Amino acid sequence: MSSPFIQAPLGPPAPALAPAQAVTLHINGEDRTIQLAPWTSLLDALREYLDLTGTKKGCDHGQCGACTVLVDGKRINSCLALATVYQGKQITTIEGIGGEDNLSPLQQAFIDHDAFQCGYCTPGQICSAQGLINEGRAKTADEVRELMSGNLCRCGAYTNILSAVMEVLHDGQVVVDNGTLVTIPMQPTKAI
Amino acid sequence: MSQTIATPPTIRLDSDVIGRPVSRTDGAAKVSGAAKYAAEYNVPNLWHGYIVSSPIAKGKITKIDAAAVLAIPGVQQVFSHENVPSLAWFDRSYKDDIAPGGSPFRPLHNADVLFSMQPVALVVAETFELARYAASVLRIEYAVDEDFNTDLEKARAAGKGFDAPKGKPGFLPPPKPKGDADKAFKAAPHQVEAAYTHHTQHHNPMEMFASTVEWLGDGKKLKIYDKTQGAGNTQQYISKIFGLSKEEAWVISKYTGGAFGSGLRPQYQSFLAVLAALELAHSVRVSMTRQQMFSMGHRAHTIQDLKLAADDQGYLQALEHHAFAETSQFENETETVVNWSGILYKCANTKFSYELAKVDVNTPADMRAPGAATGSFAIECAIDELAYKAGVDPLEFRRLNYTYRDPTEDKPFSSKRLLDCYQEGATRFGWDQRTPEPRSMREGNMLVGWGMATGCWDAAMQKTAAKASLTAAGHLTVSSATNDIGTGTYTIMTQVAAQTLGLPMADVTAVLGDTTLPPAPVQGGSWTAASTGSAVQAACQELGKKLLKLAQKMADSPLKGIAFEDVQFVDGHLRANEDIDRSVAIADVLATSGEATVEAESGAEPNPVNMLKYSMHSHNAVFVEVKVDEDLGTVHVTRVVNAVAAGRVLNPKTARSQVLGGTVWGISMALMEETFLDNNLGRYMNHNYAEYHVPVNADIHKIDVILVEEEDDHLNPLGVKGIGEIGMLGVAAAVANAVYHATGKRVRDLPLTIDKLL
Repeated sequence: MSSPFIQAPLGPPAPALAPAQAVTLHINGEDRTIQLAPWTSLLDALREYLDLTGTKKGCDHGQCGACTVLVDGKRINSCLALATVYQGKQITTIEGIGGEDNLSPLQQAFIDHDAFQCGYCTPGQICSAQGLINEGRAKTADEVRELMSGNLCRCGAYTNILSAVMEVLHDGQVVVDNGTLVTIPMQPTKAI
Repeated sequence: MSQTIATPPTIRLDSDVIGRPVSRTDGAAKVSGAAKYAAEYNVPNLWHGYIVSSPIAKGKITKIDAAAVLAIPGVQQVFSHENVPSLAWFDRSYKDDIAPGGSPFRPLHNADVLFSMQPVALVVAETFELARYAASVLRIEYAVDEDFNTDLEKARAAGKGFDAPKGKPGFLPPPKPKGDADKAFKAAPHQVEAAYTHHTQHHNPMEMFASTVEWLGDGKKLKIYDKTQGAGNTQQYISKIFGLSKEEAWVISKYTGGAFGSGLRPQYQSFLAVLAALELAHSVRVSMTRQQMFSMGHRAHTIQDLKLAADDQGYLQALEHHAFAETSQFENETETVVNWSGILYKCANTKFSYELAKVDVNTPADMRAPGAATGSFAIECAIDELAYKAGVDPLEFRRLNYTYRDPTEDKPFSSKRLLDCYQEGATRFGWDQRTPEPRSMREGNMLVGWGMATGCWDAAMQKTAAKASLTAAGHLTVSSATNDIGTGTYTIMTQVAAQTLGLPMADVTAVLGDTTLPPAPVQGGSWTAASTGSAVQAACQELGKKLLKLAQKMADSPLKGIAFEDVQFVDGHLRANEDIDRSVAIADVLATSGEATVEAESGAEPNPVNMLKYSMHSHNAVFVEVKVDEDLGTVHVTRVVNAVAAGRVLNPKTARSQVLGGTVWGISMALMEETFLDNNLGRYMNHNYAEYHVPVNADIHKIDVILVEEEDDHLNPLGVKGIGEIGMLGVAAAVANAVYHATGKRVRDLPLTIDKLL
């Protein structure tokens, strides 16, 4: 049994596409001017046109948080933002938070607590955590868990992310009880 | 290949780095955004490909109308089966290292549609924005074949099952039967007979599959930045299909944003990006969308029937484990599902089977702890049910039926400290405070449940090569074409090298993910630490032998006449084991020799004699607390203790993270993960990150990890079992068992969602 099916465009092709235009973005303290199609997302502008690939694409639909950047200190999903709308704003990406030789306390805490494995969600987690600290609302472990829940981590490093964020949020004065490591030393096991 | 080992010092030295919880050496690159993943190499003059996916599950493409698309300025080409050049003909050219039996899927091969969301076209344009728009304008006509089935239950009812054939590397057929399981089952006073199911699950690593192919303008030479778990596997796949030499198909994979098995086999974006680059003689990048991440391999929907029986004391009398799993129409993907039950418990009467049925979906794939995650959920829930029937504590029941030998192969385990996992885990969790009756523990409106389960995974190793190179300035580089998918390979390679040659970690660099390096298998099966670690150790030992020879050539060398086995490398010095004052600085050896670099290449492979003599497995014991809202049916996993025995631990910090991740995966499997099929359309309906649920930070609470180290010199030179999969095992069952303890309800169909509890 067979029936026809047409995978058709949603509408007729546009008679002409809007041309690329100059867009100036203020990123990590610097003005950068690039030529962009007007429907380019801030995420693609960063990754494809400015070589700021620290900001990650995990879904392109605002569902995973990997693309989190700070705009005027507030965290946003850059995949849901049109680049051109963000002209004149202060945009901070992971590269602006700290470089390999110049890590911020949050970045260092992420390393110290092993708060990542594959590292792909990490820049978004760190930008989100910085945004959370800027907001000043979350204080307790439960509040941090809740307000860090817009950032998925498929490797499952959540408990360590919590430890890292709590350490920086409370200047190292608060330690959360979210699990410990115990190592029971080796014993020769005789094969029977 | 030499595997001689200089006897390690018996006393742990301050300079020892193996076994220390050092931070990841790639940490700074990852937290600063400097680490480059496949889609992030912005090579000059890059064009972008956008994949068009089939909306139908089965049928034929009857027409592709690309004229309107090609008319858009900036669009370079629309690739489909209509214009793909003549490529390799035989199936074997499309078989990668991990391919199961059957006929591999060939992208854009012909007009046939074999599964929903199959790639049917690639639109290449000068920018990503343009390619995405142009792809949306493409018009494709299909003749739908309505005679398809994506429903495994339906296939089973129609008697479509067949015994899983061999054909996939590493697949173990079900163990042979022992005793008389039917008779013993009938005669025993306590019986459990039940079916356990989980549905399709998709890996969903955070990084979407992508390939950036750089056209080097030198004949057909390509530099392929690929998302994969094995650069070498992509290379051999691409070079066979497109007729490229190894030099022409140069694959690089420095960072992989998670994979969990999805990157074992080359995915179709690698094929498409290479095709476009070769045809257009241009650099091209192709990335999947998150939706398209649901068009590739997945954990197979599997139905398991268990029959268990015990006597009044709690000793197992009969054990039957039968699995029925889906595969595609064109390949027979097999997993080792039922064998684990036979390995875990001592029972005189056992019977196993593993059947497949073909449905119209893409071929399933290995997904974290493939087979074992499936099997362990069923057996560990059934054991819990039987323990209740026999009136024995579930932990005690497992101790009663403990086995010191692997019953499926009748061999001793090379090591097994599962009893210590039980002991340490139970103590830390406070298991003795548990009241056994379901619904007997509560906190306000919350029903509290405590459950436990166990797991095992094979401790595998694969042939792997590595190279070590020491400069006159004293910097050591170790390299291998292996991968680091977040497991910590960079870090343990650095540790092993630093330890072997007695250098500070800061003076060691690990390089991987490049097919020009010494060959290594895909990263998977928890074998990388054992394999790459041992290869790095061997290469460093070869380098050490060269250094000793150079040292012995020095005038008045204190090491004259000494054998390699009698020297040690500590704190940048070579020195005699018996008299550590007989010592030479490595820097002095290099300076005196006049060599700019000293290099050595070596490798490691499994010891076939030990493999014949011993069963090699890691084990774990998991204890879980859940709180279930009595009115709303919501389940929270509030506490987990996961005790793992996996040989020697190279790095407790990264090892713990692997176990944490595995635990989160187990919770996720128990409570959240399911890709819903609409069997009328033959299509996954929740193919995005909003509707395919995985845990978020607020879902995860306290997780204690206990690493019970084992000394095991039968495994491999490092005594490592690998830890990537074992941490996941037992978790889903422990959650389900805890939910039973809390609510009195047995849910045997994962995920354990609210609707099943109310």
